[in-house]
Amino acid sequence: MYHYNDFDEAFVRNRVAEFRAQVERRIDGSLTEDEFKPLRLMNGLYLQLHAYMLRVAIPYGTLNSRQMRQLAMIAERWDKGYGHFTTRQNIQYNWPELCDVPAMLEALADVGMHAIQTSGNTIRNVTADHFAGAAADEVADPRPVAELLRQWSTDHPEFQFLPRKFKIAVTGAEADRAVIRAHDIGIQILRNDAGELGYRMIVGGGLGRTPMIGKVIRDFLPEADLLPYAEAIVSVYNLLGRRDNKYKARIKITVHEHGIEEIRALVEERFAALKPQFSGVDRQLFAEIQDAFAAPAWTGANTSAHDAALADPVYRAWADTNLAAHRNPDYAIVSVSLKKPGATPGDATAAQMRVLADLAETFGHDELRISHEQNVILPHVHKAYLPAIHKALKGADLATANIGLISDIIACPGMDYCALATARSIPVAQEIATRFEELKLEHEIGALKIKISGCINACGHHHVGHIGILGLDRAGVENYQITLGGDGTETTVIGERAGPGFSADEIVPAIERLVWAYLDHRHDASETFLQTYRRLGLAPFKAALYPEARADAA
Amino acid sequence: MSRQFTPKVVTANALLEGDAIWLTEDDRWSRDIREAELIEDEAHAQLRLLQAQSQPDVAVGAYLADAAKGATGPEPVHFREAFRTRGPSNYPHGKQEIR
Repeated sequence: MYHYNDFDEAFVRNRVAEFRAQVERRIDGSLTEDEFKPLRLMNGLYLQLHAYMLRVAIPYGTLNSRQMRQLAMIAERWDKGYGHFTTRQNIQYNWPELCDVPAMLEALADVGMHAIQTSGNTIRNVTADHFAGAAADEVADPRPVAELLRQWSTDHPEFQFLPRKFKIAVTGAEADRAVIRAHDIGIQILRNDAGELGYRMIVGGGLGRTPMIGKVIRDFLPEADLLPYAEAIVSVYNLLGRRDNKYKARIKITVHEHGIEEIRALVEERFAALKPQFSGVDRQLFAEIQDAFAAPAWTGANTSAHDAALADPVYRAWADTNLAAHRNPDYAIVSVSLKKPGATPGDATAAQMRVLADLAETFGHDELRISHEQNVILPHVHKAYLPAIHKALKGADLATANIGLISDIIACPGMDYCALATARSIPVAQEIATRFEELKLEHEIGALKIKISGCINACGHHHVGHIGILGLDRAGVENYQITLGGDGTETTVIGERAGPGFSADEIVPAIERLVWAYLDHRHDASETFLQTYRRLGLAPFKAALYPEARADAA
Repeated sequence: MSRQFTPKVVTANALLEGDAIWLTEDDRWSRDIREAELIEDEAHAQLRLLQAQSQPDVAVGAYLADAAKGATGPEPVHFREAFRTRGPSNYPHGKQEIR
């Protein structure tokens, strides 16, 4: 993986020193809150309902064991012993005190990490497929592209005051595990007919108040043109994006209002002007970055322990749901669920982080990933080590076999922490997972993604959940709206609103009725919830959600 | 006709800890809403808010929040303000930890 060079190191250290002085001046009264707020936001520090929150970037979700241990140390020393992994592959600390934040940033810098551009109207942490470099279906590792974009966008002088925040995601496979069509720019690495690598560039996607699916602006961009083309897109948006209305300021609205053809023409024009200014340094840099992401030296070992362990039903269930195909057939990608029923989605204790770091170091080529679905991935594990890993995960309460199932719920922090939230999301996730655990139906139900947001900004990606839940404030009471049929993959669909919302007491029974309706209507166990919904549409699910309406009509 | 004024408290977050705080009648900031000054007059509320906003070394983001008279002092009206008096629902952290 990529390691900071002298430039990165000096840049991050300087920023920590600068922020330390700013915090001191805020505390001694030389800076007002109005002056300080944009400075703290540039460094990932928010003020929420009960405390400050520090959002730390995990670029393209990649960590080594040393970094994970440092995240654990920070959680114990300056927070309450845990961290929250987010839907943009970041980690959030919910309880730092203002005076401690510079020391936390210093500790991050010690392991090549930072909180820069995790807030504000800038280009945010660039995310990537969490199976990058490991997936069997991959054309190329998306992380070198993401790292190049990170270096280009960090402190980019033209893009520090964009009309609104700007999010980029990259995938190297046709199967989209990075939700690229719901990003300001989505990038898919692919090969053209001549076998050359290049990029499908997608622009103007996003969730939030006005969900939009990104549109293809260039079907095939040659590899060499990536940075000038990305710069052209952001540059056109920077001038054209609406600064008069915060709710219309994202590039999705710019693309929607001007049309993709006009945006494409403007971007191509800008690209033609910019391209000659890129001297080739970007290409040289990219080559160096690619070297840093060379695949590990695969090891050979006997996989019989794994084959034998499959006789154990608990191990079998875990292997069935939590393992994915690796590009090396002797290896597997292990998804470690942070969604034990009743637990807070995405939270890991410092002790759990250390176990994960140890496993990565001992068995996993020292690599860890954070997925946008708020789980932790061990991307390179030889099958020989899987039984040992499963045993260690069990000991750390991390062996929940539910990846992709109904209790593997994405949930934003909601009104338990977030100052923007209109309702809570964590308790809803906890109750749904606990309920289906009691029913022992989870494996019978099969693939089903529930995603919960505690406000219209949609950090919990509810629009692209097979079942999406949006928490709102209806006349001073928490109220939950359901959307159905959303899909965050290469076949992205924005879910359809099912009807009136439900109170906090009613939402779990409503979800249960939906699931029973699915089980009643599916052809057989091979037809997933989403497939059944696509075949039958909203009607049977709506009938299950609102039985009283059906009774009234009868 | 303007809407009838409903009782308010002045609340903010503490600069150093970020914790929720409330302005008391004797010009202190309390971590407990029950010690807050319950303001029933609109002009007085605006004055108290201005006074709160002029203390940036202690309080961040001061605003007026609806409150009601309870047996032991002011109580929150809206659920968001109720959460601010307790802490999150997923862990016993925040104010509920101290009590």
